Amino acid sequence: MSDSSRVRSGSTLEIRDLQVAVEDKQILRGVNLTVRAGETHAIMGPNGSGKSTLAYAIAGHPKYTVTGGQVLLDGVDLLELSVDERARAGLFLAMQYPVEVPGVSVSNFLRSAVTAVNGEAPKLRQFAKDLKAGMDALSIDAAFAQRNLNEGFSGGEKKRHEILQLELLKPKIAVLDETDSGLDVDALRVVSEGINRFRASGETGVLLITHYTRILRYVKPDFVHVFAAGRVVEEGGPELADKLEAEGYEAYTKASA
Amino acid sequence: MGLETKPLSSLHAKSSYDPADFEVPTGREEEWRFTPLSRLKGLHDGTAAASGSVLVTVDAAPEAAVETAGRGDARIGAAYVPADRVSAQAYASFEKATVVTFPREAVASAPTVITFTGSGEGAAFGHTVVVLEPMAEAVVVLEHTGSAVYADNVEFVVGDGATLKVVSLQDWADDAVHVSHHHARLGRDATFRSFVVTLGGDLVRLSPSVAYTAPGGDADLTGLYFADAGQHLEHRLLVDHSQPDCRSNVVYKGALQGEGAHAVWIGDVIIRVEAEGTDTYELNRNLLLTDGARADSVPNLEILTGEVAGAGHASASGRLDDEHIFYLQARGIPFDEARRLVIRGFFAQLLEKIELPELRERVFARVEAELER
Repeated sequence: MSDSSRVRSGSTLEIRDLQVAVEDKQILRGVNLTVRAGETHAIMGPNGSGKSTLAYAIAGHPKYTVTGGQVLLDGVDLLELSVDERARAGLFLAMQYPVEVPGVSVSNFLRSAVTAVNGEAPKLRQFAKDLKAGMDALSIDAAFAQRNLNEGFSGGEKKRHEILQLELLKPKIAVLDETDSGLDVDALRVVSEGINRFRASGETGVLLITHYTRILRYVKPDFVHVFAAGRVVEEGGPELADKLEAEGYEAYTKASA
Repeated sequence: MGLETKPLSSLHAKSSYDPADFEVPTGREEEWRFTPLSRLKGLHDGTAAASGSVLVTVDAAPEAAVETAGRGDARIGAAYVPADRVSAQAYASFEKATVVTFPREAVASAPTVITFTGSGEGAAFGHTVVVLEPMAEAVVVLEHTGSAVYADNVEFVVGDGATLKVVSLQDWADDAVHVSHHHARLGRDATFRSFVVTLGGDLVRLSPSVAYTAPGGDADLTGLYFADAGQHLEHRLLVDHSQPDCRSNVVYKGALQGEGAHAVWIGDVIIRVEAEGTDTYELNRNLLLTDGARADSVPNLEILTGEVAGAGHASASGRLDDEHIFYLQARGIPFDEARRLVIRGFFAQLLEKIELPELRERVFARVEAELER
């Protein structure tokens, strides 16, 4: 690729025929999906359809075995990279259940992560400023930075903390795994605003995994994909979410059963 | 002096100043079954010749009186009667004891650092007595370095209302053998804080024990160890609640890595009939970082009264949590650093208990260095 043909701001995540198993059980059965910079894709589907498996397999969780296919970020196959290399390549996964890590403070963790992703340690003063601004924007209390990572956090605090990381790490592509689950309306709005700030530049892509349409009122998707039995069974624009809102997933679960 | 027995409890029933009162351990005894006797270099069977030397130096707070005492000194053995063969051997074999005294109501303005430096071949025996007279307050650091085959006893006599904080750092060379008893005797409303850090040595067997002579005693025993390939690090704790309304809290955490890394933790707590209102808790956690490492963890809680304020124990040994590592790696942090962060976190709450910032940093740096190995 020559320099002139390369679009600087155009990151693309291409999932090609992705097949994933967990302990010999096939979960994903050939997923195809392309997310370009500036696009937000919602993946919706019933419980057990493989939505979270898609998220964790892309991020490289050791529990998931890729049995076929590719996941390309700007042409680089992420599946060839370690978990941390994928993150440094520009992938971010906001987790549904962020794990508690005793004895590791939020500020220490965030500084380590920013250092790793940027390839150099941030200036302490600048980092403190960015952190404070990020926490203020998400209505996170200042004392939070000294707490142990996710330890004793409420569901809402955990999700806000995930979005704080999203904003500090500035990835190319963000996969948000049920970030809306367990949030009350106020928290949902705060979290959605964070996601919208992240995508405002138009240079980032978002893959938003959700069971419910509620978050899509705050974070408008460009595309909606319906997942059932480990593959995409229907695709469309935002109007597809409205249809799901009205009719539920019944038609898809029956079809796949 | 002859054999004394404490018939009330099945734990640590026997004590004597004379090694001949204890059978030579065979390795089948409950108290010796985890210890590789062949690596004790004769400390347990009387064959270790006292031809080595461990140099003891004291950098004392100005309020402290430091003396070198002969075997006949009445303060030696006043608080502690050896509870096993090696301890009795050490008691029978030391030549000079170090006695550090903090006078009544003295508040030490600086830590007192006692350094034990081994210089190679041959066994050595030692005895140390730290006395806090009533209402005194002091911080004492015991630091062990160099190469040695060393058996010793340390007595902490904490007077009424006194506060003693001890940090004992076992940072021996790789070939060192160290068998040690730390016994604290607490007066009325006395406070004792012990922080044990064991990193170096081929074999370290350290037995901290606490006894109370009056109500209101408060003991906090914290330990941190890091066993590398081939190292045997053993900590045997005994808290003997024989007085009402005393408190004890034991927290030991260790990490192990490499073939043959072995950690042993024994946590014995006795709450005797007369010790009503006792509040005690003990916890041991082991982090197994590689295959080939082994942790034995045995808490024993013997309660002889129904009137306790609280009594509990917990013990767990496990591997690094894959989910912790995944979470950190998913944020771009490389595996080695993620591992380091999680292990550091495992020890973090313990390290915070070391109130001397300089010492805390040093211990921290040593733990980090262990992780680099």
